[in-house]
Amino acid sequence: MRGESVFPQLEQLLPLVAKPIQYVGGELGATVKPWDSVAVRWALMYPDAYEVGLPNQGVQILYEVLNERPDTLAERTYSVWPDLEKLMRERAVPQFTVDSHRALGDFDLFGVSFATELGYTNLLTALDLAGIPLMAAARGDDHPLVIAGGHAAFNPEPIADFIDAAVLGDGEEAVLEITDIVAAWRAAGSPGGRDELLLRLAKTESIYVPRFYDVDYLPDGRIQRVVPNRADVPFRVHKRTTMDLDAWPYPKKPLVPLAETVHERFAVEIFRGCTRGCRFCQAGMITRPVRERSITTVGEMVKQGLEFSGFHEVGLLSLSSADHSEIGDMCKGLADQYAGTNVSLSLPSTRVDAFNIDLAQELSRNGRRTGLTFAPEGGSERIRKVINKMVSEEDLIRTVVTAYSNGWRQVKLYFMCGLPTETDEDVLQIARLAHEVIRNGRAATGSREVRCTVSIGGFVPKPHTPFQWAAMDRPEVIDHRLRLLKQAINADKSLGKAIGMRYHDGEPSLIEGLLARGDRRVGAVIHEVWKQGGRFDGWSEHFSYRRWIDACEKALPAFGLDIDWYTTRERELAEVLPWDHLDSGLDKDWLWKDWQDALTEYEQDDCRWTPCFDCGVCPSMDTEIQIGPTGHKLLPLTPVSGLKVGG
Amino acid sequence: MSKRQPPGGQAPVVQRIRIRYTKRGPLRFTSHRDFARAVERAIHRANVPIAFSQGFTPHPKISFSSAAPTGVASEAEYLEIGLRERVDPELLRLALDSALSPGLDVVEAVEAVTTDSLADRITASRWRLELPGVTSDSLAAAVDKFLGHDEVLVERLTKQGRRTFDARAAVVALTAVEPPYGSMGAPCAILDLVVRQVTPSVRPDDVLSGLRVVADLEPSAPARVTRVVQGTLTAQGEIVDPLLKDRDQAAIG
Repeated sequence: MRGESVFPQLEQLLPLVAKPIQYVGGELGATVKPWDSVAVRWALMYPDAYEVGLPNQGVQILYEVLNERPDTLAERTYSVWPDLEKLMRERAVPQFTVDSHRALGDFDLFGVSFATELGYTNLLTALDLAGIPLMAAARGDDHPLVIAGGHAAFNPEPIADFIDAAVLGDGEEAVLEITDIVAAWRAAGSPGGRDELLLRLAKTESIYVPRFYDVDYLPDGRIQRVVPNRADVPFRVHKRTTMDLDAWPYPKKPLVPLAETVHERFAVEIFRGCTRGCRFCQAGMITRPVRERSITTVGEMVKQGLEFSGFHEVGLLSLSSADHSEIGDMCKGLADQYAGTNVSLSLPSTRVDAFNIDLAQELSRNGRRTGLTFAPEGGSERIRKVINKMVSEEDLIRTVVTAYSNGWRQVKLYFMCGLPTETDEDVLQIARLAHEVIRNGRAATGSREVRCTVSIGGFVPKPHTPFQWAAMDRPEVIDHRLRLLKQAINADKSLGKAIGMRYHDGEPSLIEGLLARGDRRVGAVIHEVWKQGGRFDGWSEHFSYRRWIDACEKALPAFGLDIDWYTTRERELAEVLPWDHLDSGLDKDWLWKDWQDALTEYEQDDCRWTPCFDCGVCPSMDTEIQIGPTGHKLLPLTPVSGLKVGG
Repeated sequence: MSKRQPPGGQAPVVQRIRIRYTKRGPLRFTSHRDFARAVERAIHRANVPIAFSQGFTPHPKISFSSAAPTGVASEAEYLEIGLRERVDPELLRLALDSALSPGLDVVEAVEAVTTDSLADRITASRWRLELPGVTSDSLAAAVDKFLGHDEVLVERLTKQGRRTFDARAAVVALTAVEPPYGSMGAPCAILDLVVRQVTPSVRPDDVLSGLRVVADLEPSAPARVTRVVQGTLTAQGEIVDPLLKDRDQAAIG
């Protein structure tokens, strides 16, 4: 019977696996509805382990928005670890939701949120465990529609064979519209089956249905064109933008897990979008324009969220939280409200200026001082111009020294390696910067206790960014530069002792690069890797570079291609990119101009404070920048006293 | 910049409450760490006037008695909390219960009016084990064999590696119980077990290992284990409710 719980079968397996609580559900904030009480049923997945997936804001928001509808239910499913996967295969237990332990295959819609491309193999595991054919073309009317979302869905071509549809951009309104379409089609007696339903979705012009588009290739392997294969679907599919975040104050009832997860806090998005214009940053490009949540809504959400959840920590999230037009009042107001309550506040700090330290001071008034992170991203002044991260060396040193002088003893500096036009020298500048930071920090504090950690990530060119045309460096080049950097940091023994270095080797980045800018032909590689046991590719202990390279060597020659063609090859303006038919609002000519500006080390300002530079998003998406200040202040809360019985 | 001083002046404890709670159904898979976090949040959520320790990182005053292993259900887990304001224990029970997930149920709350610690009063537990695929007869035979030994060495994988220890001496009582009339389908024998708290602790699965060692007893699926009672073991082999003394004192006072 559809919608029946598989818990009795699963329960037999749980004593045999690690951390069984992650498969049990029972979180505060979880919603369970009777199967037959609704018209449309969603299963939502974050394709990683529960401990990573549960805190995901996107899934929590959609889960709540959908469950607020009386005619709809939404349940969650996460990737099961290999120990449970093996037992589930032996005992024929299907992929299940954690809410009611219903079989994934029973649902109408299966929405998967991809924050990273490295989750693709986990999608295949979930589909296979659910008994859903991996290939969308092989699915029938009884199988769920598989819909991809999240940032990686801005180029879903590598998984085009496995998904039925993709949604670009903000999800909260999109899921409601999809639900309406499914309900209406169902109420009309499901005319035309699965194909008709997908057609209705495609006609919205904001839901991409890969099967309705054909890709033609040139003899040299490049794409010739991507065109609809039927008359009634649009040539380009547009992203969604939810305007007025005050009207969408989710999550209201954050999920509070029993199992330990990576973020144990109540997170509030204080704005969406970013126009800082860092050229490597896909998130900053595809989420434009900036839409702030007002200080009063943030205050209300924090109050309700804490009361509901009992969390001790609040995170004020966004792509660059210090840029909220009322961040100062917000931090001061919240610090006042929660003074003496054992609630701590945190702000992901990436802006490199003294203001950031003022905020951090405000937030640590309660006695808890978390580390400070600054992200100059590039080691040399020159490379920072290339990536449009406008931070001077002087600013950086002054900021970090101010942090030391204010009592911080440990700061983290975040950089990237493998950036376009990068040379060994650019990376070696990181060592010099770190030395300067420590030297100045010691001088200013008179203490030898100051420390910094240099953390280095590999650059991956992403679709819909000015670097979408860029060539990646080979992993050997990255690894070589990191070795040089390590030597340079330790060349001065005294300073080197105060500097920690953290980095990942270049191999996973190359694979992420393959998946990020891949086309439909890369689907064969993903499939092969999965067949060879590829799971949890975002985890270094599960990722196998060899497995990916072997799969590339097996699958790509049929197309006359290899992994280098996808990763280390620079593209030209004329080349049709796999995602050109997917509209993020960014004008391709503007992106190209910004790419050329990068190569000539020419910087681009932020349109919040300078005139519009015509990136194209606002006019094409009919959106606008929404920022304060509103002039409102947070008022101190009236202290609540007495026991609270009932939710 | 001067060295930061720990913020002082945390309010003192004015009342201690002892609580019995359960781990039921699917939530028996909650580990002790998970539960400890959940309780902290529930206390916050229910607006319980919990007292905090002094120091740079003040901790809420909560102490747990030995927890049932992950995957084992329990009707009798205990903890004690220190409060900075007095509350009605029954109201506290209701508030905490509604702030925890169903299955983690707060069933009793009694003000601590005695000074000896709760941990000292817990010297033994009674467990109930359901053994799928095992018949009552084979279980009874295995129990006889087990009890016939003075020592039954079993192995357990611990963080320190494989350890061998005796699972017999700590067993106070071991009885095969007739399954309730009308239990359907495959056989499922039931075992009633009383174990003394010793170091290293002997857990129900160690006794099951013992039954495997002495009689090759092997359930067809993992046993379902429930801690039924915890408390003070008397000379007569009875287990006394560890909250009894506080309840009695409170009634007199």
